[in-house]
Amino acid sequence: MAAALAFNNVGMTFPDGTKALGGVSFEINPGEFVTVVGPSGCGKSTLLRIASNLETETDGKCEVDRNSIGYVFQDATLLPWRTVRKNIELIAELHGINSDDRTKLAQDAINLVGLTGFEEKYPRQLSGGMRMRASLARSLVMKPEVFLFDEPFGALDEITRERLNDELLRLFQLEGFAGLFITHSISEAVYMSTKVLVMSARPGQIVDSFDIPFEYPRAHSLRYEPKFAEICGQVSLALRGALV
Amino acid sequence: MSGTSLKVTNTIDQSAPPSLRIDDAPREANERNLFSDFAGPVIVFILFIGFWYLLSTKLLPPQKRFLLPTPHRVVDEGFLTWSAGTQRGLKPILISLWDSVKVAVIGLFITIIIGTALATLMATRRWMERATWPYLVALQSAPILAMTPLIRALIDGIQLQRILVVVLIAFFPIVNNTLFGLLSVDTSQHELFSLHGASKFTRLRKLQFPAAMPNIFVGLRISAGLSVIGAVVGDFYFRQGGVVGIGAQIDIYRGRLWGAELIAAIILASIFGLVVFILFGLLSKVAIGKWHTTTRGR
Repeated sequence: MAAALAFNNVGMTFPDGTKALGGVSFEINPGEFVTVVGPSGCGKSTLLRIASNLETETDGKCEVDRNSIGYVFQDATLLPWRTVRKNIELIAELHGINSDDRTKLAQDAINLVGLTGFEEKYPRQLSGGMRMRASLARSLVMKPEVFLFDEPFGALDEITRERLNDELLRLFQLEGFAGLFITHSISEAVYMSTKVLVMSARPGQIVDSFDIPFEYPRAHSLRYEPKFAEICGQVSLALRGALV
Repeated sequence: MSGTSLKVTNTIDQSAPPSLRIDDAPREANERNLFSDFAGPVIVFILFIGFWYLLSTKLLPPQKRFLLPTPHRVVDEGFLTWSAGTQRGLKPILISLWDSVKVAVIGLFITIIIGTALATLMATRRWMERATWPYLVALQSAPILAMTPLIRALIDGIQLQRILVVVLIAFFPIVNNTLFGLLSVDTSQHELFSLHGASKFTRLRKLQFPAAMPNIFVGLRISAGLSVIGAVVGDFYFRQGGVVGIGAQIDIYRGRLWGAELIAAIILASIFGLVVFILFGLLSKVAIGKWHTTTRGR
């Protein structure tokens, strides 16, 4: 099976000489959910920016079908002058989907993320968690094969965050995309992923990799199992090692 | 009027007291009370009228009192008398006011079209911004009235001359605020559009212009106010026989020492400015009130 997203020895040096990434290699297959954890400023987000072509790698090569990418930003980036429905239609609109199909696709996505009944609200009328759901729905409309998440739940309170983790996993199982997720939270990383990658400080490199053995669907109670805690401990240790 | 340079030094909309701003954030019910909403303005109005009486009957030296008749005389002769003799009464005031309104509205319309187009060019082409910005700043700092002899010499036709003065005076806030709005879009929203291959035009239409609307409306309101000033001031310098603008009419009343008509004309010109201000406030509320709220600390 061909990988949906492949980093082959990707390096990134910015014009000002900052070396953000030094030779990163890994692959994500369809149906895999890979999370990258690492210290602040290690170039985690740069990985996503390269994958989505917002930046171009200076070394190596990143292979991915750029026409089939969903990107979820740190904040919801909803357009405040559009209603929830119009926001969710935006990406389909930019891809030139006609109005009827767009409405239908958007409604499916709205139902999928549980925003039914909020279609005509404006973003400022929504809570942070609901805004993030709308942001997810917006990317879901085009049914991307690769989904990039740049710390999407970092600003949310813990309960909302855990609920959205479960929602996202449900969508992941339903849609079968390849996920690349960035987070600061180790337990979030272990809970969500098929694989957790640990990145070193700048220039970022993958220094450790953990396959997460738990079956999907994963229940909330998984977070309290000894095996879960053990893996979190190992990732945490690796992360401490990456800092020095 | 000599020495008036009509500088616009600040384009932030400070012209309304906070509680009158149309796009005010919703306030809690208990904050609204009779005193602050109604009694306050009424008391200030009564104080103002009282001071006016005092001024026109006591404070001014007797030989100057004819220029500031008492309020009831202004109401009686300026507003309640429709037409009397030549040029007296409300009718000639309204006729010349209407003349100025036309000039202000046409000038503002032209300003909006050219100003928005220029701001769009400046926002999408950096060299355009670099090339024109210094001259725009120079234009808004220049005393437009000092240019009136030149305008008179170069341009034929009174109407054209008056409209040009309005455009020159009202131009800068529109360009400045529109440009600022177009260039203030959130980076991640731009990136969202980049990710999905949006063209420059799509980006302008679906991202930059909607995002700039609150700023554009601030610019519109300032420019609308300035267009009224421009029209009234232009009247002083560009006039000919027949119907004259309200500015020229005010000057005529001053010359004939018709105090009541003079004051009535000034009040009506001010009401015109106020109406324009409120109109654009309402327009702004209709266009962006649903999603845009102003915030303030307490």
